[in-house]
Amino acid sequence: MKIAHDNAERHVLTVTVDNEPGILAKITGLFTARGYNIDSLTVADISDDHAISRITIVTGGPPQVIDQIEAQLDRLVPVHGVVDLTTAGPHVERELALIKVTGTGEARVEALRVADIFRASVVDTTTESFVFELTGAPDKIDSFIALMRELGLVEVGRSGIVGMLRGAEGS
Amino acid sequence: MQTAPEPSKTEKEEHVSDHPHPDHLKTDQQSGAAILTQCLVDQGVEFVFGYPGGAVLPIYDELFGDERLRHILVRHEAGAAHAAEGYARATGKPGVVLVTSGPGATNAVTGIADAYMDSIPMVVITGQVPTALIGTDAFQEADTVGITRHCTKHNYLVKDPAELQFVLEEAFRIATTGRPGPVVVDIPKDVQIAVPSRRVAATLTASHRYAPQMAAPAEQVIEAVEMIAAAERPIFYTGGGVINSGPEATRLLRQLQDITGAPVTSTLMGLGAFPSEHPDWLGMLGMHGTYEANLAMNKADVMVCIGARFDDRVTGRLDAFSPDSKKIHIDIDRSSINKTVPVELGIVGDCSTVLSQMIESWGARKPQDLGEWKARIAGWRARECLAYPEKSAKDLSAIMPQKAVERLHALTHKREPIITTEVGQHQMWAAQYFGFEQPNKWLTSGGLGTMGYGMPAAIGAQLGCPDALVIDIAGEASIQMNIQELGTASQYRLPVKIFILNNEYMGMVRQWQELTYESRYSNSYSDSLPDFVKLAEAYGWTGIRITEESELDAGIEAMLAADGPVIVDCMVAKDANCLPMIPSGAAHTEMLLYGDAHEGTMDDEAKALV
Repeated sequence: MKIAHDNAERHVLTVTVDNEPGILAKITGLFTARGYNIDSLTVADISDDHAISRITIVTGGPPQVIDQIEAQLDRLVPVHGVVDLTTAGPHVERELALIKVTGTGEARVEALRVADIFRASVVDTTTESFVFELTGAPDKIDSFIALMRELGLVEVGRSGIVGMLRGAEGS
Repeated sequence: MQTAPEPSKTEKEEHVSDHPHPDHLKTDQQSGAAILTQCLVDQGVEFVFGYPGGAVLPIYDELFGDERLRHILVRHEAGAAHAAEGYARATGKPGVVLVTSGPGATNAVTGIADAYMDSIPMVVITGQVPTALIGTDAFQEADTVGITRHCTKHNYLVKDPAELQFVLEEAFRIATTGRPGPVVVDIPKDVQIAVPSRRVAATLTASHRYAPQMAAPAEQVIEAVEMIAAAERPIFYTGGGVINSGPEATRLLRQLQDITGAPVTSTLMGLGAFPSEHPDWLGMLGMHGTYEANLAMNKADVMVCIGARFDDRVTGRLDAFSPDSKKIHIDIDRSSINKTVPVELGIVGDCSTVLSQMIESWGARKPQDLGEWKARIAGWRARECLAYPEKSAKDLSAIMPQKAVERLHALTHKREPIITTEVGQHQMWAAQYFGFEQPNKWLTSGGLGTMGYGMPAAIGAQLGCPDALVIDIAGEASIQMNIQELGTASQYRLPVKIFILNNEYMGMVRQWQELTYESRYSNSYSDSLPDFVKLAEAYGWTGIRITEESELDAGIEAMLAADGPVIVDCMVAKDANCLPMIPSGAAHTEMLLYGDAHEGTMDDEAKALV
């Protein structure tokens, strides 16, 4: 017999939670225990008193699995709310990346030129290296990294996605 | 002592006696342990099922001489958790467990996971090593919060006695409301001894974060009622949620059935919500359910699932599960809806509340004429799927286990006994042949399927219902898994009865080996069994052995006549199997019945299913 695999579609979920010990383990553990995927996960507290955190999770799965993920997250006691940005409407997704590139001569100049096209900023430099900071949609960062690979890419750090619905309404 | 002091290197946990006895501290500054016991009293707790150890000594000292709480000393922490479950299911009140750190907590985990799967309200207090030692691999340290994270509804590590009152109040609220479940409160030893570092309002504002939806939106209720009213072949499929919702839900279910006329089947966990004597009762459904229940599920046009969760033991093969029905699912847990079976109408709400909304919305309607539907059901009923062979093929004089359960029912049902079970064939026979008329009389491990559940659960039930007849229908293999609890029943003079259907096999394992592995009985024979009669007597119980069918009634009567606890070792046919059965990977229409050949093997897809 063969092990079956489901077709996955990508969804971005935002989860607001009480900022209490173990909440991240609870959420990531739920994903592993029930066999859901995490493509990226970001978390930081978002309230003045540090009591509330917002977690953005990029996951994948067929629609009924995504619905289950939402329902399972929602029933955790410290979870206040779950929004599936992918189905909730038009939204923006942004990610920050730090990208270290080394090189001299033409490759170095080219790296800087490409960075300018992508509106990446230089946050550190030596005579033979740059650290670029780039913010944007994940595919823009993917493209930039692909180009840098040919120009002396040394190290990549990515924040994972933060997302928000467009328009005046809070989610 | 304040929380989280830097302990001197020489400070060991035995040094509790260096601290003043809490009784000498009766100021308004109470220790964590004193706050804990006060909270338990305030919550109306009668019994604490527990076992002492190093990391809970301050709490045990607080319990010493406190007559407001009765501590039940078990013989193993698994027994404490199952006893608390039994108490909770028999009384509807939360069970409370108190165990020490490390092995105390890990031993309780099976019972916690069991309560989680079966939605049993339970609050488990675990001791933990002192705050400063957490994470150092200290003696008897285990990451209890980490270990129980995914088998509890919620859990806490309390780091300051100031939080205790709030945490315990919330723990009880979470355990008992919404979909009930176990909540673990892990309390480091120093937090038990220290006084609060600050004043904290008893009720922090956090109620916003836990508010189960009880009532359904009106339009959903109307839609459900219209679907039922238009149905030609309706069926109610009810589960443990009806029982968890309280006696009112049972009453309302019977009322809704009365006005709609729909036939009723139930999961293992839901038995007793609908009376087994009722003409519209179909029996249990699922893997070992009745022919009529499973066929009616398969042919229904409207299915109303009330507080059940489409478990794999119920549905059989999913793509063949009730293919022509529109499904309504009422459940307090949104994640149960559309989890495995997509439904046309999912209603999030409490069974009792939603049932009363539906009855009100139904008003004075008349149901469709269900005569044709009931006639079809009568046809399936005529198959008499529970009619087992009168004699064992291999041993003509052996007692058929089904017969033993039938006689047990016949001789005890007037006393409305509470029945607990272990897990296996005997459990299914009990579900099939022991009719239940009322809720909270049937305590079994359904979701997790924990062997060793029955005796401690019977102990908990007997404490909660001191006047009830409590019988654990057991197997000779399961009963050994928590056999040590015989001593608990002796100590507290609990007259529980254990009725062992002894076939010298882990019968359900043997049955599956016959079905799937060409009768290669790999390790399913119960070798080196104890003499259960002598074992009973060793613990001060009465022991009775039944070997002949002619002794069956007299043996049961003798069990009932004994004032104290009794083990009945009822020797039954070794080769009897539990049928009807939907084999793994099969549909409701593909049941094996008595008389069908069922030995052999299966393909890998079927073997891979549980």
